[in-house]
Amino acid sequence: MGGFPILSVMLLVPLLGAIACLFLDAKPARMVALLATLIDLALGIVLWANYDIGGAQWQFTESAGLFAGFDYALGIDGIALMLIMLSVFLMPICIGASWEAITKRVGEYMAAFLLMEVLMIGVFAAQDIFLFYIFFEAGLIPMYLIIGVWGGQNRIYAAYKFFLYTLLGSVLMLIAMLWMVNEAGTSSIPVLMEYDFAPEAQTWLWLAFFASFAVKMPMWPVHTWLPDAHVQAPTAGSVILAGVLLKLGGYGFIRFSLPMFPDASAEFGWLVWGLSMIAVVVTSLIALVQADMKKLIAYSSVAHMAIVTVGLFAFNVQGLEGAMMIMLGHGLVSGALFLCVGVIYDRLHTREIDRYGGLAINMPAYAALFMLFTMASVGLPGTSNFVGEFLALAGIYQVNSWVAFVCTTGIILGAAYMLYLYRRVVFGIQKNADAAAMPDLSMREYLLLGPIAAAVLWMGVYPESFLAPMRADIEILDTRLATAAPESDAQLAIGEGAPIEEDLSHGGAH
Amino acid sequence: MNSILIIVFAPLLAAIIAGLGGRIIGHTAAKVLTTGALFLACGLSWPIFLSFVGGDAQASVLPVLKWVQSGDMTFDWALRVDTLTAVMLVVITSVSALVHLYSWGYMDEDPDQSRFFAYLSLFTFAMLMLVTANNLVQMFFGWEGVGLASYLLIGFWYKKPSANAAAIKAFVVNRVGDLGFMLGIFGTFLVFQTTSIPEILAAAPAMQGSTITFMGARWDTMTILCLLLFIGAMGKSAQLGLHTWLPDAMEGPTPVSALIHAATMVTAGVFMVCRLSPLFEAAPAALAVVTIIGAATCLFAATIGTTQWDIKRVIAYSTCSQLGYMFFAAGVGAYGAAMFHLFTHAFFKALLFLGAGSVIHAMHHEQDMRYYGGLRKKIPFTFWAMMFGTLAITGLGIYDLHIGFAGFWSKDAILEVSYAAGGHGTGAFWVGAFAALLTSFYSWRLMFLTFWGKPRWIESEHIQHAVHHGHDEPEEANPASQEDSGHDVAHTVPDPAHGDGTGGYHPHESPLTMLVPLGILSIGAIFAGQFFAGSFLDSASFWNGSIAYNAELMHAMHEVPKWVKYTALVVMLIGLFLAWLAYIRSTDLPRKTAEQLGPIYNFVFNKWYFDELYNLIFVKPAFWLGRIFWKKGDEGTIDRFGPNGVAWVVERGSHYAKSVQSGYLTSYALIMLLGLVAAITWVLF
Repeated sequence: MGGFPILSVMLLVPLLGAIACLFLDAKPARMVALLATLIDLALGIVLWANYDIGGAQWQFTESAGLFAGFDYALGIDGIALMLIMLSVFLMPICIGASWEAITKRVGEYMAAFLLMEVLMIGVFAAQDIFLFYIFFEAGLIPMYLIIGVWGGQNRIYAAYKFFLYTLLGSVLMLIAMLWMVNEAGTSSIPVLMEYDFAPEAQTWLWLAFFASFAVKMPMWPVHTWLPDAHVQAPTAGSVILAGVLLKLGGYGFIRFSLPMFPDASAEFGWLVWGLSMIAVVVTSLIALVQADMKKLIAYSSVAHMAIVTVGLFAFNVQGLEGAMMIMLGHGLVSGALFLCVGVIYDRLHTREIDRYGGLAINMPAYAALFMLFTMASVGLPGTSNFVGEFLALAGIYQVNSWVAFVCTTGIILGAAYMLYLYRRVVFGIQKNADAAAMPDLSMREYLLLGPIAAAVLWMGVYPESFLAPMRADIEILDTRLATAAPESDAQLAIGEGAPIEEDLSHGGAH
Repeated sequence: MNSILIIVFAPLLAAIIAGLGGRIIGHTAAKVLTTGALFLACGLSWPIFLSFVGGDAQASVLPVLKWVQSGDMTFDWALRVDTLTAVMLVVITSVSALVHLYSWGYMDEDPDQSRFFAYLSLFTFAMLMLVTANNLVQMFFGWEGVGLASYLLIGFWYKKPSANAAAIKAFVVNRVGDLGFMLGIFGTFLVFQTTSIPEILAAAPAMQGSTITFMGARWDTMTILCLLLFIGAMGKSAQLGLHTWLPDAMEGPTPVSALIHAATMVTAGVFMVCRLSPLFEAAPAALAVVTIIGAATCLFAATIGTTQWDIKRVIAYSTCSQLGYMFFAAGVGAYGAAMFHLFTHAFFKALLFLGAGSVIHAMHHEQDMRYYGGLRKKIPFTFWAMMFGTLAITGLGIYDLHIGFAGFWSKDAILEVSYAAGGHGTGAFWVGAFAALLTSFYSWRLMFLTFWGKPRWIESEHIQHAVHHGHDEPEEANPASQEDSGHDVAHTVPDPAHGDGTGGYHPHESPLTMLVPLGILSIGAIFAGQFFAGSFLDSASFWNGSIAYNAELMHAMHEVPKWVKYTALVVMLIGLFLAWLAYIRSTDLPRKTAEQLGPIYNFVFNKWYFDELYNLIFVKPAFWLGRIFWKKGDEGTIDRFGPNGVAWVVERGSHYAKSVQSGYLTSYALIMLLGLVAAITWVLF
């Protein structure tokens, strides 16, 4: 790539687009937004194609000193690359999903989305801890606006909750960052990732970061902002919220908590496991009784994110890679599920499950795609989510079989609430004339859902494309965690074993 | 050996084209494509199987694509072909091809035919992936894939609430088993550091006697691993406790019941135990559990089978019971016998189901045997097919003459080998013998109620509907019922004056596309045992290491006392006699017996109240807990004391409510900015 500052360009394109959108009418604003996001997608593909697997840990680095050790430093490793790809892939889809649904203040709306893209790419690319902080916290402002301005009936309450929870975490995290920079004498993330903080300090730092990341994740019991935010957000807002913003928490754990505070991470493993186990069971059961489609999927997200956290805190390669794969897979699948809700919401303007039914009759193509995403959500092998869940659960099993057992019950509960949702919306008889009269997918909707469907299957059948860029980075992290990692509860004790030559003739004699 | 690629992927390709392009290419093209793909796969499978029977084939593994590599854990897409796979290949592709053909007639005029055929082919693909798996994860892929296809096909008539409920139940109950399977895979990886089946099997004996902690308790490693995997097998193969989905699965179209819920998918559990037999051999305690569960299921399902009126449910419980035989055969270490019963069962059970479908077709979708009777002369071809199927399942055969129907060879072998094995096997022998009596009874009961006696059709609502409306109106819930409209019956004049119980209805034989599969399967039900008994039971070279073949045990099987060898025949004749007595000789005997038995009869008739129990202890509490966690937990506690509590405090303090939105945003940005300023200041000093 030579010295071409591709990451900066990826930030600049949507930023310029956002500024342009503020001054444009609805139609040109849509075109500009689409164009900007498509350019970023193209740049993302170039980025991925030029990423040197097995090369340097940090690639495409750029740095410009600002003041007082606070640098404008960008650079990515494989983990950041994958999350950037997820963001730039979902963004044009979000613009497409808002094409007809948003009619008021379109310019501002598109500007908010483009700004969010800038900030999301920035979060994943930032190599300076303060730069990260700015992107991390500011990314919530456009989201806050999207819910607050273009949201549903109860948007103020939702935006308020969103704000309150976020505030709780970010203040503590900022203080922790200040202390760290002061202690280590640098604000560079790569350096901090290798810095050994004193164990006592790690405890407090870990807790401060945890407060922020647990909210973003979200982990039980600080998850209650998510269902409200999803329900009130416009479709595209939900897509980006579930698709990318929920991954900030996981990214935070993998970039900060685990490598910077390995001892504290191990020390608090039980806390993460416990909260995750509760989340899997409790939020899955709550999802089962929801009457609102978006709320149901929101609660299911909490349950899925809990598998991410147990994977991360399994302290082994399978757990970490599994967690990353769930983040990517869930980003696609939950995004697609919210789009599926959006498709019928745009037609009937209700999210109430019971108002639908029998859609397989009048919307067969919709039914087929919705089925694919439902199956991906329940982790059917061959889809993206299976790879992630399987690896994450396999990872935690190596450490603690109780946690693995409780979290694996999620596959039963997940199947129950998703199939129950699907049955009520798509199967059965046509109860309401207006729902029965809804037309099948339009070409625009095909273009939104089709690429995600392809990506979901690709990730399920050949996940190597996604695992390979992250492999070296996960290994580095795994090595860093090795000394702190808890011991397996399995305590395999080898017995005498049967002599090999006798093994098959033994049978029947017992 | 690359024909395996075509065998496995032709059905997938056909399924994709028929499923996505069915509306464009039309029903006929979709049907030709899927059925053609299956006959092609079938045509390629038999030579592979026969080359193993001939003994001149070797196991092979064909790598297809990299799948996952994560640290030490790697598993790839690959197609394994050995004897065990070859047996499954012919079973799956043969029954599937015939069921595809049969569905031309059965599903004729269904508006969603191409979708149906696409699902059938998709199922076949997933099942083939399962049996060709060379690692546990690909097996799990096939395992879940067939579960998906089963879910889609049970719920094929998606307007029917009962079909939807049955579909979800099947998927969710199977997931309970899959929980065990998944934990089993994780545990296997923990112990062996691989998911490759051959590597695990090679390493298993060395792990015998080791111990491990699982969920806080100390276990024998092999025992806990095998038990976890066996829970998966119990779910898929509908064994006692996880069987409740199978009878409900009969909501699906009958060809589906024949293919998925009798011949192939439900046998996946048996296949898994046989595939992993060296692993199970290292875990005697787990094998004892397999034997006990198998025997218990075998008996329990047979008792229920004797009381049901729905023709498909009788056969469904029969399937459940026969799977029990396969499991306890595996449990005593006779994997060859288990696979042999799987093989013969596939033919005769598919035959029985398809025959039942033909009866249902003739009786205008009436499934209640109380409204059948006297059909022998009306649908003679179906009758003879069902007859062969019944003779096969009840196991008619004479040991000393070396002659018998397919089921005789395999069931007799299982009973003999259980007896020979001793220990738990002896108990399984007696249970199996009694269940064989019940098998004979319910099978002949089905035959007598359906084909003998006087017609009782007039009482059936379906028949009345047919006669009075001349089949003009398709039944809302069941689009397939249109298939027989238009021809002979449509001209029937309603004639309430008929005193012969027919109600003026004229059943008619099914079309050729349905009869040909019945004919071919009949051949299988008659000869499959005779032809292949030697290979399956007595030939270690046939199995060639693909299962843990115990030559000593298989030899001992032939040395059991003569009375053991004749047990199967004797109990079969007793069952036949009892059925004749109750349903032909004195037809009020069943009613009287039922009245006398009272509560016991009700207990059995209501399927041992498993559904009610599970509803009470799992389903209802799940919804109840969900509501509690939501209303009392999230809203009543977390929100109340969390965000709402803070809001309340804030509101009390400063009437902050106005222009909340912009207010929060500004303050938020302000805090961030202040923080940064503080940060910079701190760093500067």
